[in-house]
Amino acid sequence: MATVLTVTSGKGGVGKTTTTANLAVALALGGQKVVCIDGDIGLRNLDVVLGLENRIVYDLVDVVEGRCRLRQAMIRDKRLPELFLIPAAQTRDKSAVSPSDMVRLCDELRPEFEWILIDSPAGIERGFRNAIAPADMCLVVTNPEVSSVRDADRIVGLIEAEEKGPARLIINRLNPSLVRRGDMLTADDILELLAIELVGIVPEDENVVISTNRGQPVALDGTKSRAGQAFQNIARRLRGEKVPFLNLEEKQNFFSKLFRLNRSEGA
Amino acid sequence: MAGWLDRLLGQKETSASKARERLKLVLINDRTDLTPEALERLKNEIVTVISHYVDIDPNNIRIDMTQEGREQRLVADIPIRSSGHRR
Ligand SMILES: Nc1ncnc2c1ncn2[C@@H]1O[C@H](COP(=O)(O)OP(=O)(O)O)[C@@H](O)[C@H]1O
Ligand SMILES: [Mg+2]
Repeated sequence: MATVLTVTSGKGGVGKTTTTANLAVALALGGQKVVCIDGDIGLRNLDVVLGLENRIVYDLVDVVEGRCRLRQAMIRDKRLPELFLIPAAQTRDKSAVSPSDMVRLCDELRPEFEWILIDSPAGIERGFRNAIAPADMCLVVTNPEVSSVRDADRIVGLIEAEEKGPARLIINRLNPSLVRRGDMLTADDILELLAIELVGIVPEDENVVISTNRGQPVALDGTKSRAGQAFQNIARRLRGEKVPFLNLEEKQNFFSKLFRLNRSEGA
Repeated sequence: MAGWLDRLLGQKETSASKARERLKLVLINDRTDLTPEALERLKNEIVTVISHYVDIDPNNIRIDMTQEGREQRLVADIPIRSSGHRR
Protein backbone atom coordinates (compact mmCIF):
# COMPACT_ATOMS: atom_id res chain seq x y z
CA MET A 1 0.00 0.00 0.00
CA ALA A 2 1.50 3.30 -1.11
CA THR A 3 2.44 6.26 1.03
CA VAL A 4 1.29 9.51 -0.58
CA LEU A 5 3.99 12.13 -0.27
CA THR A 6 3.23 15.71 -1.28
CA VAL A 7 6.09 18.10 -2.02
CA THR A 8 5.07 21.71 -1.47
CA SER A 9 6.47 25.11 -0.47
CA GLY A 10 4.24 28.14 -0.90
CA LYS A 11 6.88 30.08 -2.79
CA GLY A 12 7.69 29.22 -6.39
CA GLY A 13 11.12 28.32 -7.69
CA VAL A 14 12.51 26.82 -4.47
CA GLY A 15 12.96 23.31 -5.87
CA LYS A 16 9.69 21.39 -5.46
CA THR A 17 9.81 19.85 -8.92
CA THR A 18 13.52 19.10 -8.66
CA THR A 19 12.92 17.45 -5.29
CA THR A 20 9.94 15.42 -6.48
CA ALA A 21 11.82 14.15 -9.55
CA ASN A 22 14.94 13.25 -7.61
CA LEU A 23 13.17 11.56 -4.72
CA ALA A 24 11.12 9.57 -7.19
CA VAL A 25 14.31 8.48 -8.96
CA ALA A 26 16.15 7.74 -5.71
CA LEU A 27 13.27 5.67 -4.34
CA ALA A 28 12.92 3.78 -7.63
CA LEU A 29 16.68 3.12 -7.68
CA GLY A 30 16.21 1.61 -4.24
CA GLY A 31 13.79 -0.90 -5.76
CA GLN A 32 10.59 0.87 -4.75
CA LYS A 33 7.62 1.14 -7.08
CA VAL A 34 6.93 4.84 -7.52
CA VAL A 35 4.43 6.99 -9.37
CA CYS A 36 4.74 10.75 -9.41
CA ILE A 37 1.91 13.10 -10.23
CA ASP A 38 2.47 16.60 -11.56
CA GLY A 39 -0.04 18.75 -9.70
CA ASP A 40 0.97 21.95 -11.43
CA ILE A 41 -1.83 22.09 -13.98
CA GLY A 42 -1.17 24.75 -16.61
CA LEU A 43 2.53 24.98 -15.76
CA ARG A 44 3.70 21.41 -16.01
CA ASN A 45 7.40 20.75 -15.54
CA LEU A 46 7.89 17.44 -13.84
CA ASP A 47 7.87 15.84 -17.31
CA VAL A 48 10.85 17.86 -18.56
CA VAL A 49 12.81 17.55 -15.32
CA LEU A 50 12.40 13.78 -15.56
CA GLY A 51 13.13 13.85 -19.31
CA LEU A 52 9.81 12.22 -20.21
CA GLU A 53 8.20 15.12 -22.09
CA ASN A 54 8.19 13.38 -25.46
CA ARG A 55 6.15 10.46 -24.27
CA ILE A 56 3.04 12.25 -23.07
CA VAL A 57 -0.24 11.20 -24.66
CA TYR A 58 -2.80 11.66 -21.89
CA ASP A 59 -2.64 13.74 -18.71
CA LEU A 60 -4.17 14.11 -15.26
CA VAL A 61 -7.17 16.08 -16.49
CA ASP A 62 -7.89 13.47 -19.18
CA VAL A 63 -8.07 10.87 -16.42
CA VAL A 64 -10.27 13.00 -14.17
CA GLU A 65 -12.63 13.85 -17.02
CA GLY A 66 -12.82 10.27 -18.18
CA ARG A 67 -11.15 10.65 -21.59
CA CYS A 68 -8.74 7.83 -20.81
CA ARG A 69 -8.13 5.15 -18.25
CA LEU A 70 -5.67 5.87 -15.44
CA ARG A 71 -3.22 3.37 -16.88
CA GLN A 72 -3.10 5.17 -20.24
CA ALA A 73 -1.92 8.37 -18.60
CA MET A 74 0.91 6.68 -16.73
CA ILE A 75 4.27 7.03 -18.47
CA ARG A 76 6.79 4.36 -17.59
CA ASP A 77 10.38 5.57 -17.28
CA LYS A 78 12.53 3.33 -19.49
CA ARG A 79 15.62 3.96 -17.36
CA LEU A 80 13.80 2.82 -14.23
CA PRO A 81 10.96 0.42 -14.96
CA GLU A 82 9.54 0.89 -11.47
CA LEU A 83 9.03 4.63 -12.00
CA PHE A 84 5.92 6.20 -13.52
CA LEU A 85 4.75 9.73 -14.23
CA ILE A 86 1.24 11.11 -14.53
CA PRO A 87 1.75 14.47 -16.23
CA ALA A 88 -0.30 17.60 -15.63
CA ALA A 89 -2.46 19.13 -18.37
CA GLN A 90 -0.76 22.11 -19.94
CA THR A 91 -3.73 23.91 -21.48
CA ARG A 92 -6.11 23.84 -18.53
CA ASP A 93 -6.16 25.47 -15.11
CA LYS A 94 -6.14 24.12 -11.59
CA SER A 95 -9.93 24.20 -11.26
CA ALA A 96 -10.16 21.29 -13.73
CA VAL A 97 -9.29 19.00 -10.80
CA SER A 98 -10.76 18.94 -7.29
CA PRO A 99 -9.29 17.71 -4.00
CA SER A 100 -11.72 14.78 -4.02
CA ASP A 101 -10.61 13.85 -7.57
CA MET A 102 -7.06 13.64 -6.24
CA VAL A 103 -8.12 11.50 -3.29
CA ARG A 104 -10.00 9.12 -5.60
CA LEU A 105 -7.09 8.92 -8.05
CA CYS A 106 -4.58 8.15 -5.31
CA ASP A 107 -6.87 5.54 -3.77
CA GLU A 108 -6.89 3.79 -7.12
CA LEU A 109 -3.08 3.91 -7.32
CA ARG A 110 -2.32 2.97 -3.72
CA PRO A 111 -2.53 -0.83 -3.95
CA GLU A 112 -0.07 -0.95 -6.84
CA PHE A 113 2.72 1.29 -5.58
CA GLU A 114 4.94 1.87 -2.61
CA TRP A 115 5.17 5.62 -3.13
CA ILE A 116 2.93 8.21 -4.75
CA LEU A 117 4.73 11.55 -5.02
CA ILE A 118 2.76 14.70 -5.77
CA ASP A 119 4.51 17.82 -7.04
CA SER A 120 2.52 20.77 -5.75
CA PRO A 121 2.27 24.10 -7.57
CA ALA A 122 3.31 27.31 -5.82
CA GLY A 123 0.68 29.24 -3.92
CA ILE A 124 -1.94 28.39 -1.32
CA GLU A 125 -4.98 28.08 -3.56
CA ARG A 126 -6.72 25.27 -5.41
CA GLY A 127 -3.60 23.59 -6.77
CA PHE A 128 -2.09 23.41 -3.29
CA ARG A 129 -5.36 22.08 -1.83
CA ASN A 130 -5.48 19.44 -4.59
CA ALA A 131 -1.92 18.40 -3.86
CA ILE A 132 -2.30 17.96 -0.11
CA ALA A 133 -5.80 16.41 -0.11
CA PRO A 134 -4.59 12.79 -0.54
CA ALA A 135 -1.29 13.25 1.34
CA ASP A 136 -0.13 10.92 4.08
CA MET A 137 2.94 13.07 4.54
CA CYS A 138 3.84 16.58 3.40
CA LEU A 139 7.39 17.66 2.63
CA VAL A 140 7.91 21.41 2.69
CA VAL A 141 10.84 22.65 0.60
CA THR A 142 12.51 25.91 1.55
CA ASN A 143 15.61 27.81 0.54
CA PRO A 144 17.79 29.47 3.19
CA GLU A 145 16.45 32.94 2.60
CA VAL A 146 13.89 35.21 4.23
CA SER A 147 10.91 35.10 1.86
CA SER A 148 11.13 31.37 1.29
CA VAL A 149 11.29 30.57 5.02
CA ARG A 150 8.40 32.89 5.71
CA ASP A 151 6.24 31.23 3.06
CA ALA A 152 7.25 27.81 4.34
CA ASP A 153 5.96 28.80 7.77
CA ARG A 154 2.60 29.75 6.29
CA ILE A 155 2.39 26.47 4.42
CA VAL A 156 3.33 24.43 7.48
CA GLY A 157 0.50 26.18 9.35
CA LEU A 158 -1.98 25.47 6.56
CA ILE A 159 -0.92 21.82 6.43
CA GLU A 160 -1.53 21.56 10.18
CA ALA A 161 -4.91 23.27 9.83
CA GLU A 162 -5.89 20.70 7.18
CA GLU A 163 -4.81 17.96 9.59
CA LYS A 164 -2.14 16.80 7.17
CA GLY A 165 0.70 17.55 9.56
CA PRO A 166 3.19 17.45 10.94
CA ALA A 167 4.95 18.64 7.80
CA ARG A 168 8.60 17.71 7.36
CA LEU A 169 11.29 19.99 6.02
CA ILE A 170 13.77 19.90 3.16
CA ILE A 171 16.26 22.75 2.98
CA ASN A 172 17.35 23.17 -0.63
CA ARG A 173 20.17 25.20 -2.19
CA LEU A 174 22.17 25.63 0.95
CA ASN A 175 25.48 27.23 0.04
CA PRO A 176 28.10 26.15 2.59
CA SER A 177 30.56 28.94 1.80
CA LEU A 178 27.88 31.62 2.21
CA VAL A 179 26.87 30.04 5.50
CA ARG A 180 30.50 30.00 6.63
CA ARG A 181 30.94 33.68 6.12
CA GLY A 182 27.68 34.51 7.86
CA ASP A 183 25.74 35.48 4.77
CA MET A 184 23.23 32.67 4.70
CA LEU A 185 20.82 31.28 7.29
CA THR A 186 22.08 28.01 8.74
CA ALA A 187 20.01 24.84 8.80
CA ASP A 188 19.77 25.27 12.58
CA ASP A 189 18.43 28.81 12.21
CA ILE A 190 15.69 27.57 9.91
CA LEU A 191 14.82 24.61 12.10
CA GLU A 192 14.56 26.82 15.14
CA LEU A 193 12.26 29.25 13.33
CA LEU A 194 9.99 26.68 11.70
CA ALA A 195 10.10 24.11 14.50
CA ILE A 196 9.45 21.07 12.31
CA GLU A 197 11.37 17.89 11.65
CA LEU A 198 14.17 18.00 9.09
CA VAL A 199 14.40 15.26 6.44
CA GLY A 200 17.29 16.62 4.47
CA ILE A 201 19.57 19.40 3.34
CA VAL A 202 20.36 19.67 -0.36
CA PRO A 203 23.33 21.86 -1.23
CA GLU A 204 23.38 24.37 -4.04
CA ASP A 205 24.90 22.30 -6.82
CA GLU A 206 25.49 23.17 -10.47
CA ASN A 207 24.96 19.52 -11.33
CA VAL A 208 21.26 20.13 -10.75
CA VAL A 209 21.22 22.63 -13.59
CA ILE A 210 23.29 20.42 -15.86
CA SER A 211 21.20 17.33 -15.21
CA THR A 212 17.95 19.27 -15.67
CA ASN A 213 19.24 20.48 -19.05
CA ARG A 214 19.57 16.84 -20.06
CA GLY A 215 16.38 15.58 -18.44
CA GLN A 216 18.39 13.24 -16.25
CA PRO A 217 17.84 13.97 -12.55
CA VAL A 218 21.06 14.08 -10.49
CA ALA A 219 19.84 11.19 -8.38
CA LEU A 220 20.14 8.92 -11.44
CA ASP A 221 23.89 9.09 -11.01
CA GLY A 222 23.61 7.80 -7.49
CA THR A 223 25.94 9.61 -5.17
CA LYS A 224 28.30 11.15 -7.73
CA SER A 225 27.14 14.70 -7.08
CA ARG A 226 26.53 16.35 -3.72
CA ALA A 227 22.90 17.07 -4.56
CA GLY A 228 22.42 13.50 -5.81
CA GLN A 229 23.89 12.18 -2.58
CA ALA A 230 21.56 14.43 -0.58
CA PHE A 231 18.48 13.17 -2.44
CA GLN A 232 19.61 9.57 -1.97
CA ASN A 233 19.92 10.21 1.75
CA ILE A 234 16.45 11.74 1.95
CA ALA A 235 14.97 8.76 0.12
CA ARG A 236 16.61 6.43 2.64
CA ARG A 237 15.28 8.49 5.54
CA LEU A 238 11.79 8.34 4.05
CA ARG A 239 12.12 4.57 4.07
CA GLY A 240 12.84 4.70 7.78
CA GLU A 241 16.60 4.39 7.72
CA LYS A 242 18.61 6.45 10.17
CA VAL A 243 21.01 8.34 7.93
CA PRO A 244 23.18 10.89 9.73
CA PHE A 245 23.06 14.48 8.53
CA LEU A 246 26.45 15.36 7.14
CA ASN A 247 27.78 18.71 8.19
CA LEU A 248 27.71 21.17 5.31
CA GLU A 249 29.11 23.98 7.38
CA GLU A 250 32.46 22.63 8.42
CA LYS A 251 35.36 24.96 8.03
CA GLN A 252 37.13 24.77 4.72
CA ASN A 253 40.57 23.83 5.97
CA PHE A 254 43.33 21.78 4.50
CA PHE A 255 42.29 18.58 6.23
CA SER A 256 38.64 18.74 5.35
CA LYS A 257 39.60 19.44 1.74
CA LEU A 258 41.82 16.41 1.72
CA PHE A 259 39.13 14.40 3.42
CA ARG A 260 36.58 15.51 0.84
CA LEU A 261 38.51 13.77 -1.90
CA ASN A 262 37.00 10.57 -0.60
CA ARG A 263 33.70 11.80 0.63
CA SER A 264 30.82 13.80 -0.74
CA GLU A 265 29.64 16.80 1.20
CA GLY A 266 25.89 16.41 0.70
CA ALA A 267 23.52 15.77 3.57
CA MET B 1 38.50 35.74 7.32
CA ALA B 2 37.90 39.19 8.80
CA GLY B 3 34.16 38.45 8.90
CA TRP B 4 34.84 35.21 10.69
CA LEU B 5 36.98 36.97 13.32
CA ASP B 6 34.39 39.68 13.84
CA ARG B 7 31.74 37.07 14.38
CA LEU B 8 33.93 35.23 16.89
CA LEU B 9 34.35 38.45 18.82
CA GLY B 10 30.66 39.12 18.50
CA GLN B 11 31.26 42.48 16.90
CA LYS B 12 29.83 42.64 13.44
CA GLU B 13 26.27 41.69 12.80
CA THR B 14 26.17 39.28 9.88
CA SER B 15 23.47 39.39 7.22
CA ALA B 16 22.41 35.90 8.32
CA SER B 17 21.86 36.99 11.91
CA LYS B 18 19.92 39.98 10.64
CA ALA B 19 17.76 37.63 8.53
CA ARG B 20 17.16 35.45 11.56
CA GLU B 21 16.05 38.35 13.74
CA ARG B 22 13.78 39.77 11.05
CA LEU B 23 12.21 36.38 10.40
CA LYS B 24 11.53 35.87 14.10
CA LEU B 25 9.42 39.01 14.17
CA VAL B 26 7.74 38.41 10.83
CA LEU B 27 6.71 34.89 11.85
CA ILE B 28 5.20 36.20 15.09
CA ASN B 29 3.12 38.66 13.07
CA ASP B 30 2.10 36.02 10.54
CA ARG B 31 1.21 33.38 13.10
CA THR B 32 -0.73 35.61 15.49
CA ASP B 33 -2.13 38.04 12.96
CA LEU B 34 -0.84 40.83 15.22
CA THR B 35 1.18 43.75 13.94
CA PRO B 36 4.02 44.94 16.19
CA GLU B 37 1.92 48.00 16.93
CA ALA B 38 -1.16 45.95 17.89
CA LEU B 39 1.03 43.79 20.12
CA GLU B 40 2.28 46.92 21.89
CA ARG B 41 -1.29 48.09 22.44
CA LEU B 42 -2.28 44.65 23.71
CA LYS B 43 0.53 44.74 26.26
CA ASN B 44 -0.45 48.20 27.43
CA GLU B 45 -4.06 47.20 27.84
CA ILE B 46 -3.12 44.13 29.85
CA VAL B 47 -1.11 46.34 32.20
CA THR B 48 -3.98 48.83 32.49
CA VAL B 49 -6.52 46.14 33.28
CA ILE B 50 -4.34 44.50 35.89
CA SER B 51 -3.55 47.79 37.54
CA HIS B 52 -7.28 48.29 38.12
CA TYR B 53 -7.13 45.42 40.57
CA VAL B 54 -3.66 45.37 42.07
CA ASP B 55 -0.78 47.73 42.57
CA ILE B 56 1.95 46.92 40.06
CA ASP B 57 5.37 48.36 39.40
CA PRO B 58 5.31 49.56 35.79
CA ASN B 59 9.10 49.39 35.53
CA ASN B 60 9.38 45.70 36.28
CA ILE B 61 6.76 44.33 33.95
CA ARG B 62 7.74 41.85 31.26
CA ILE B 63 5.33 40.72 28.61
CA ASP B 64 6.98 38.74 25.85
CA MET B 65 5.92 36.78 22.83
CA THR B 66 7.76 33.47 22.97
CA GLN B 67 7.85 30.44 20.73
CA GLU B 68 7.35 26.90 21.98
CA GLY B 69 7.55 24.51 19.11
CA ARG B 70 5.21 26.04 16.55
CA GLU B 71 3.09 27.67 19.20
CA GLN B 72 3.28 31.34 19.99
CA ARG B 73 2.82 32.15 23.62
CA LEU B 74 2.31 35.46 25.36
CA VAL B 75 4.20 35.24 28.62
CA ALA B 76 3.64 37.91 31.24
CA ASP B 77 5.67 38.44 34.36
CA ILE B 78 3.99 41.17 36.38
CA PRO B 79 5.28 41.61 39.92
CA ILE B 80 2.59 42.83 42.31
CA ARG B 81 3.53 45.31 45.01
CA SER B 82 2.78 44.02 48.45
CA SER B 83 1.13 47.05 49.87
CA GLY B 84 -1.21 45.54 52.38
CA HIS B 85 -4.88 45.97 51.63
CA ARG B 86 -6.14 48.00 48.75
CA ARG B 87 -9.61 49.02 47.71
N1 LIG C 1 20.04 22.23 -5.20
C1 LIG C 1 20.01 22.99 -6.30
N2 LIG C 1 21.15 23.51 -6.82
C2 LIG C 1 21.11 24.28 -7.91
N3 LIG C 1 19.99 24.61 -8.59
C3 LIG C 1 18.82 24.15 -8.11
C4 LIG C 1 18.75 23.31 -6.95
N4 LIG C 1 17.45 23.01 -6.74
C5 LIG C 1 16.73 23.61 -7.72
N5 LIG C 1 17.55 24.29 -8.55
C6 LIG C 1 17.11 25.08 -9.72
O1 LIG C 1 16.16 26.03 -9.28
C7 LIG C 1 15.16 26.24 -10.26
C8 LIG C 1 13.78 26.04 -9.67
O2 LIG C 1 13.61 24.69 -9.30
P1 LIG C 1 12.20 23.95 -9.45
O3 LIG C 1 12.41 22.56 -8.96
O4 LIG C 1 11.62 24.13 -10.79
O5 LIG C 1 11.35 24.79 -8.38
P2 LIG C 1 9.76 24.78 -8.09
O6 LIG C 1 9.21 23.50 -8.62
O7 LIG C 1 9.66 24.90 -6.60
O8 LIG C 1 9.21 25.99 -8.79
C9 LIG C 1 15.46 25.27 -11.39
O9 LIG C 1 16.14 25.97 -12.39
C10 LIG C 1 16.38 24.24 -10.75
O10 LIG C 1 17.27 23.67 -11.67
MG1 LIG D 1 7.55 23.25 -9.99
